[in-house]
Parts: sequence; C-alpha cells; structure tokens
Amino acid sequence: MTQAAAGAPWTLEGYEAVIGLEVHAELLTRAKVFCGCSAAFGGEPNTNVCPVCLGMPGVLPVLNRRVVEFAIRAGLATNCTIAPRSRFARKNYFYPDLPKGYQISMYEAPLCTGGWLEIVVDGVPRRVGLTRIHIEEDTGKNIHDLVAGGSLVDFNRSGVPLLEIVGEPDIRSPAEAGAYLRALRSVLQYLEICDGNMEEGSFRCDANVSVRPVGSSILGTKVEIKNMNSFRHVERALAWELRRQVRTLLAGERLVQETRLWDAEREETRAMRSKEHAHDYRYFPEPDLLPLEVSPAWIEEVRASLPELPGARRRRFEGEYGLSAYDADVLTQRKDVADFFEAGVAAGAQAKEMANWVTTEVLRIVREQRLDTQLVIRDWPITPAQVAALARLVDGGQITRNTAKQLLPRLIGTDDDPARIVEREGLAQVSDRGALQQAVREVIRQCPEQVAQFRAGKERVLGFLVGQVMKATGGKANPQVVQELLRAALSPERNG
Amino acid sequence: MSVPPYQWSLREAAARVRRREMSAVELTRTALGRIQAVDPAIGAFLTCCEAEALAAAESIDRRMAAGNDPGPLGGVPVAVKDNICTAGVRTTAASRMLESFIPAFDATVTAKLRHAGAVIVGKTNCDEFAMGSSTENSALGQTRNPWDPSRVPGGSSGGSGAAVAAREVYAALGTDTGGSIRLPAAFCGVVGLKPTYGRVSRFGVIAYASSLDQVGPLTRDVTDAAMVLEAIAGHDPADSTASPRPVPAYQDGLDAGVRGMRLGLPREYFVEGMHPEVDRAVRAAVRELERLGASIEEVSLPHTDYAIATYYLIATAEASSNLARYDGVRYGLRVPSANLGEMYERSRAAGFGTEVKRRIMLGTYALSAGYYDAYYLKAQQVRTLIRRDFAQAFQRCDALLTPVAPTPAFRLGERIDDPLTMYLSDILTISVNLAGLPALAVPCGMDSDGLPIGLQVIGRPFDEATLLRIGYAHELASDWHRRSPLP
Amino acid sequence: MRYVDAVGIQIDEVRRVAALARLRLEAAEEQRLCAELGAILEAFERLQRLDTAGVEPTAHVEEFGAPLRTDEVTNLPADEALLAGAPARDGRRFRVPKIIE
Repeated sequence: MTQAAAGAPWTLEGYEAVIGLEVHAELLTRAKVFCGCSAAFGGEPNTNVCPVCLGMPGVLPVLNRRVVEFAIRAGLATNCTIAPRSRFARKNYFYPDLPKGYQISMYEAPLCTGGWLEIVVDGVPRRVGLTRIHIEEDTGKNIHDLVAGGSLVDFNRSGVPLLEIVGEPDIRSPAEAGAYLRALRSVLQYLEICDGNMEEGSFRCDANVSVRPVGSSILGTKVEIKNMNSFRHVERALAWELRRQVRTLLAGERLVQETRLWDAEREETRAMRSKEHAHDYRYFPEPDLLPLEVSPAWIEEVRASLPELPGARRRRFEGEYGLSAYDADVLTQRKDVADFFEAGVAAGAQAKEMANWVTTEVLRIVREQRLDTQLVIRDWPITPAQVAALARLVDGGQITRNTAKQLLPRLIGTDDDPARIVEREGLAQVSDRGALQQAVREVIRQCPEQVAQFRAGKERVLGFLVGQVMKATGGKANPQVVQELLRAALSPERNG
Repeated sequence: MSVPPYQWSLREAAARVRRREMSAVELTRTALGRIQAVDPAIGAFLTCCEAEALAAAESIDRRMAAGNDPGPLGGVPVAVKDNICTAGVRTTAASRMLESFIPAFDATVTAKLRHAGAVIVGKTNCDEFAMGSSTENSALGQTRNPWDPSRVPGGSSGGSGAAVAAREVYAALGTDTGGSIRLPAAFCGVVGLKPTYGRVSRFGVIAYASSLDQVGPLTRDVTDAAMVLEAIAGHDPADSTASPRPVPAYQDGLDAGVRGMRLGLPREYFVEGMHPEVDRAVRAAVRELERLGASIEEVSLPHTDYAIATYYLIATAEASSNLARYDGVRYGLRVPSANLGEMYERSRAAGFGTEVKRRIMLGTYALSAGYYDAYYLKAQQVRTLIRRDFAQAFQRCDALLTPVAPTPAFRLGERIDDPLTMYLSDILTISVNLAGLPALAVPCGMDSDGLPIGLQVIGRPFDEATLLRIGYAHELASDWHRRSPLP
Repeated sequence: MRYVDAVGIQIDEVRRVAALARLRLEAAEEQRLCAELGAILEAFERLQRLDTAGVEPTAHVEEFGAPLRTDEVTNLPADEALLAGAPARDGRRFRVPKIIE
C-alpha cells in the first residue's frame, strides 16, 4: 500500500480509489416524522408506537414541520440548493421492521441538491460534493431471538426522522472518508439537529467503493459496503475493500456489483447472501403526501438562524487568532469546545496558550468524563475563566507550566480561582537567581555522570538536569532561569 | 295505516328522535329487528354490533334526557362499509386477511358519525379490499340485490347499497374508488354520493387506491345524503390530502331548483351497446330536468376511451403498495411457516382472494423496473388529459349528466370469470375518480324486469351543493326514490 | 396452455412479479394470471398510442402543498391494545420466523 504524501489520494499498483459516502442522520425532533409518537430513544419495546407508525390498516402520514426545518438547515449549511417543491416517494420492499411494506422517502425530487462540504486532510483543504439531502422515515428494529430462533421486532424507532445525505464519489482515500464524516458530523452538531453518534446508530454510513486506473475517467464496478459502526471502522473497511478490489483485478478476475458487509472482528468485507431477485423498489410518488413547498421566506428565516459553521469558524480562528490549521481544526470540531476556547480568550488568555490548554488538557477531561456523548456540553467541570486564569498565570511567568498542569485537576468541579490557590499555597514560580543557585549547585553535585556527559557535548542531558532542579524545587523553578544558571555553572569547564 | 319506522327517511327518523316521539333505543331495536328479519336473504351485513349499538343509543337517550342536543343524526341507525375502521368492532375489508382484525381506533368518518349522534348497527359486505363491481369478490359472504336475489347489488359497496335499499338502516357509508358507491346505488335504486377527492377524510379507511378513494353516503333520498355529507365532510389533521375548505350547509338551498343551469351530456357516455332501457330512463330524466328549466347541451370528453386502462394501471399500482402491509407480522392472517419468506408468501396467498391477487400482480408489474414509464407514468399523464377534458366541459356546463352503468344489475356469477368484462362495467364512473370530481347517483327509472336504473350527475370540484340541488329537483318531479324492493 | 404474445407477458415475468409481491402461486394460478394479465395489458396497449409528450403526470389532483404539523408528542405511550392482534409475540415484541439470507 502506498500513501505518497500528506493529503494525497490512495493508490495501489496504478489504481486509484473512487468513494462515495451515504450518511443517514437521525434527527433530534421531539416527535416522529409522520406521527405524534415520541422520537426519544429508549423505552419498553413497542410503547412509542401508534397505528400510523405500526402500519395499521387505514392510517395516513402527516409531515412534522421541524423535520423540514432541520433538513433546510442541513441543506443551507452544506451549500445546497433548496427545492421550492419536493416530493415524497414510496420505496417498496418487504422486511419485518418495515411496517407498511414501503418506506416513505424522496426519490426524483429531493429537498436539497448540489451542495458541498469542505474537509481538511493533513492540513490540506478539499471540497467533497453533495449530491442530495432528503427526508425519510426510519424502520423499526429487528433483533434475533437467541432463545427460540427467528426475530423479534420493536417498532419504537419506526418513523423516527432521518436525513439521507448522499455525497458525490469525490473521496479518494480512506483518510478523506474519515475527514468527510467528521466534518459532516461537526456540521450537524453545530446545527443541533443530530448528535452524530455512530456507535449508537444516530449517524450511519454506507459506502460505495470502486477503483480505476489512475487518471482514468471511467468508473469501475461499484461495491456497496455496509455495517461500519465507527469512523475508524469506515476507514479500515475502505482500506481493506480497496485492496481487495485491486487484488481481484490484478488477478484478472471481474468484480461483482454487490453489497458487502464489514465484519469488524475478522476485519474483512463479505458478500451478503441475498435472494435471487435484486431489489426492485418500484419507486412512485407518495399519493398520501402532497408536495412539500418551501418558500423563499422560510429559507431566509432558517438561514438567518444558522450559527457560524465549522469551516468558517476554523478559517476565522486561523486568521483572527493566528492558530495553525491543525489546532483550528481540532478546536472547531465541536461548537461547544470552540465556544469554550473563545470564552477563555475573552477572559484574557493569550490565544495560542488557550488553544494549547484546550486541545490538550480540556479535551482530555472531555474524553475521560465522556462529555462528548452529549450533543452540547452545557455543564463544564472546569470553566473557560479558570483555564484562562491558568494560562495567564503561566504566560505572565507567575507559575511554571508544570505547576499549572498540577493545579488543573484540583480545579475540576470547583469554582476556585487558580490565582488564589497559587497565592495561598505559595506556588509562585521562583525566578530569583540567588534563590535558585543553591538548588542548581545541589543538582550538579548529585549528578556527576550527567554533568560529565553534558560537558562532553551531550546537549540533551541538560533537560534532565533542568528536570532535577524542577523536582528539587517542587516544580516552581523558572525553567529558563534554571537552564541559564546550569549552563553558566557548567560551561567554563566544557571542552571544545 | 302508519308507515313502519324503517320506511322513514333519515331526516324523518332524526326528527322523531329529536321530538322524543321515539327513543334512540327503540329506533335502534327496530333497525336490529329489521336486519334480523330481512338480512338472511340479502346478506348485506358481515357484522352486526348489537351491544355496541344499543349502548350508543342509550347514551343518545341520556344525552337528550339531560337536555342536550342529540346531534344532527342523533339516534339514527346507520351502517358502515367494512373497509372503514370501527374501534372495537371487527373490520375485515371482506378479506380472510383481516377476518379477525379488530381496530383499536375509529376512522375519522366513524368518529364523525358518532359525534353526530348516529348509531352504528353493523358493518356491511363489500368486494374484498373494495376491489370489484359486484361484491362477488367478498371472501366472507354473499350479498344479493334486494330487488332480485339472483342479481348482484353492485360493488364494491354492495352491502351498503343493499342495506339502504332493504330499509335495514337509514344510511350507510360506502367508499368509491372507481364507482363503488354509485354503482351499488344505481343497481339498488338508492342515492349514492361520491364527494370531491379530499372532501372527506380517508384516515382509517382501509386504502385501496390512495389518490382515488373517497368515502360517501348511500341513502334513500337526496336530503338524507346532504345530512350525512354535512356530518362526515371536512378537514382532518390526520389526513394530509383532506381539503381545508369549509363545509357548506348542504341542506340549505337544496330546493333552489335547476332553472338556468347548464347541463352537459358527454357524448362518449351514451355508448353503443348500452341497455336500451337504461338509455331511455336516463334520457327521460334529462328531459325532466330540461322541463324544470335547465338547458341541455352535448359536450365531449374525448379521452374517455382511455379511462379504463388509466384507472386500472394507477389504482392497481397504488393498491399493490397499500396492500404490502398485510404480511402477517403485526396483525391479520399468518400462516405458520418455517422461515420468513414462506410466511410472507403463504400468508398473503391464503389471505387474499383471486381478484385482489390479480390487481396486486398487475400493479406490481406496472411499477416494476423497466415498465414504470410505459405503464404507471403513462397512465398518470393520460389522467391529466382526462382531467383537462372535464375542466373544459365545466367551462360551459354546471354539471354533466350520464347513466351510471351501461346495464342494470347483472346476474350473480355472470361476469366474475372474466375480469376484463367486469372492468368494463366501470366505464361510466371511473373517469370521475381520475379527475377527483364529485358525482351523485340517483334512481331515475326501472327496467321491465323491475330493476333500478341510475342517473349520474357529475360536478365541479367541491360543488356537491349543485349536484344535490339537481338530484333534489329530479326527486321532487319523480318518485323513484320512494320505491322499495321489500315491504 | 401458455399465452405468448408480442404484447403479452411471459411466465417467468409472472414469477418475478409474484416474488416481488410475496405471493405464492400454484402452477395453475401462474398460467391463469399469465393469460389474464396478458389480455389486460394488451387491452391497455392503446395507451401507448396516445401522444402525451410534454404532459405533466398527475401526482395529486389537489393544488395545495403538504400540510405540516407542529413538532410535539401527542401520542401517549401505547398499551396492549395495539399489540392485541399480533399473530406471535414475545412480551411486547412481535415475533417472526427466521430470515434465511
């Protein structure tokens, strides 16, 4: 496998990858898309159901306005054209979790078309086209009955609103696919319309994968890959499948246009054993729903309510705060984290310092406390003001970074002001040369081996010696001053 | 010599209950007795819900005793076609698939009837899933024409037509997708109204063809039809296709007459091969309306010839999808099987009758890959042409007059083996559904065998009032609607 | 007797459609439907001869746009009533026989 340079497309033995991703995002409305049942997760089986989402005889769908609003939001945030008139269609097939024997979706006239998403792979920005976004209803859940054989069906999720987001086959590597999914998830989270949780199934991804000789414009045989349950799995499945396709072609065999499932345990894709008849969905316009009309006024209303989107925010962070593309990207993946960063800057922290603290320490806390499972983190265990105060104390030389790192965990869950603690406990950085001279001498005396190594020319050992002084002073010594003192103390006897 | 209660009109029955001349319970018992007496020979009912009916009647009587209004249909026994959901009462669509199905909810029209005070005494027989023109496709019973038990009552709302004709109930709800209210009305000599598409809610009506189905009343006369329509029409938040237009007071202005109205006779509807007595009776009715002051002119609906094909492709396509939910998973018939695939195939094979399967097959074919453009899409385009034909005709006319069917009621078994011939019975009614227009069937004569003949009045969208006015004027000048097949 | 015609429908088409519709047909039924559907489709052939270039298909006879409902939970959690007609259950779940892939 070859990966030439950062952000470069995937190639293998003269073949390149053509990947299109299809995402289904569960929308965070209160009620289902076509009935007044709760769309909330959980509950005893078959309790959030009614005749409509159970597909009983005689029932009819009525469209939830907020689902449309969320769809418009998603379309605008991805630069799509919003159709003034779009139509629902029936997708007909039989499966136990599909109560009506058809899914209400959109086919020939979707709500949103022709957008794009900006992604950043290894610092290189690219655009991935979006073919369409449309509204559809989710199915129930079919689970295998481990005791008696057969399946058990729960329709609580039947009728939950979904957005189907279809990307153009513009993606050229598994890494790009991962970047696309992360970028899309970010957008949906910023819009607060989907919590983007792949593991829980609120954000699902299927991929269409083919390969072709590098530079060719003719598409190869397309294979659909399903059952990838995390971003990592998507990247691995794509990498494996691409290799499989190239190996197959190199062996002179033909690829079958089929659907394959990713087996996460065996780390391979396998063909589904499907029935002889391929799916003929017999799409036709849904007669029970009239065309969806979206006025220009509504579109403008939604546009006005959009937050600053991840891409725009990232670029602003790079420009306004002078942050690196990488840091800006990490900070803007989640809106609440970006808000945290900016609140810290507003509280007086220097931008790069604050960025450093947020991307390292704060995000670590977020992960450890699993705060990122929430759509929006509202209760932070530590505040931007507290982190800003720490950053300013380090920046202003009052404490060492070391001290600050030790202080941070003590602030969690409290509203203590770090400056107070520093004062109270005498944690201030010691920069006075006279005060430090003693410790420096002590360390030189205690570490003759490292001293000799340094004098012999091993620069790196200085770090060790500085560390020892830091230890001896309980982390309070100003590392720059310590370094200077050490050099001064050791250099007259250096050779060369 | 007093007229027995079951010979009253609905209006009269409601008035007597309101005037406390008869209690709702008494009236209901009378109806139940009548059903018991005559229905064994007719078979209009699949289910008689005596206990529920008496409970409802009691509650109406209590309402009145407390000084409250019983409702415009207060205490009046009515029937509901068995493809319309009635909570707690078996609703089968005349199919083995739903033979034991008991809905947990009322259709909106059912709820509206109840709200108006009507007493639902039973569910009437029909063609299975409303697919048919004679009620012979019912899997659960046979209904005979009260005028001649060797003949069909028409379909698919044959049970409703027969029940009203036999004076078992004062009104019955039917559904009309291609003529299924109007044809039984004509064959049974009663009034039948198919409202404009969207005038009446379809929620809880077991769907056959979603873009064509409408619920409407079968009654003894036009005034009764107006009363029932008022009670069931109107917007429904549960049906996205139900019109938000306000419901006029249909009973007002019924007697305004037809003077000055321009009535059209579409030449394509006076077909060759039409039964001469039908032709004669309808033309006599037309002359009567002319005598009453309407002007008559010939119009043309040039795409009439394509209507059968258009209807049967669209209706069966929609039906094939609407009936996919009958899969044995959540309700209805399930044939126990070793695996899911077999369960689907055997349950549906056992649950659906011949005609239903035929239409599912035709509809599935019309939608399937490679055929969609040639069949379904093409039919929807021709549908547009048919709608335009009517729109043009209505620029010159206030209503159109036609026969309901080319013949009076045919014999049981006569057409059942030849689907195409059966489909051709619908030729005069189906275009109305394709265009979504309202149409009224009123009795206008009898043939020499004593079989009723029906006149169809077709109107502009949401202009049921004009149809009822024309029907009423015709009624005043004739007495066909007063004739009854049974004593 | 097999019905084969230029316009008609072949028996394997009948089988394909029956499979799509999940209908199990006996051999005699297949033959009968083949003939009937063939005859019906032939009768419908006249539609093909009609010029419909540029004619919009009728998706709905009505002229207004889809009504929209407010996003609120209006249904109470379901009780037993909706599950009462289930042919097979396991607690509150519907049971179906195994799916053979």
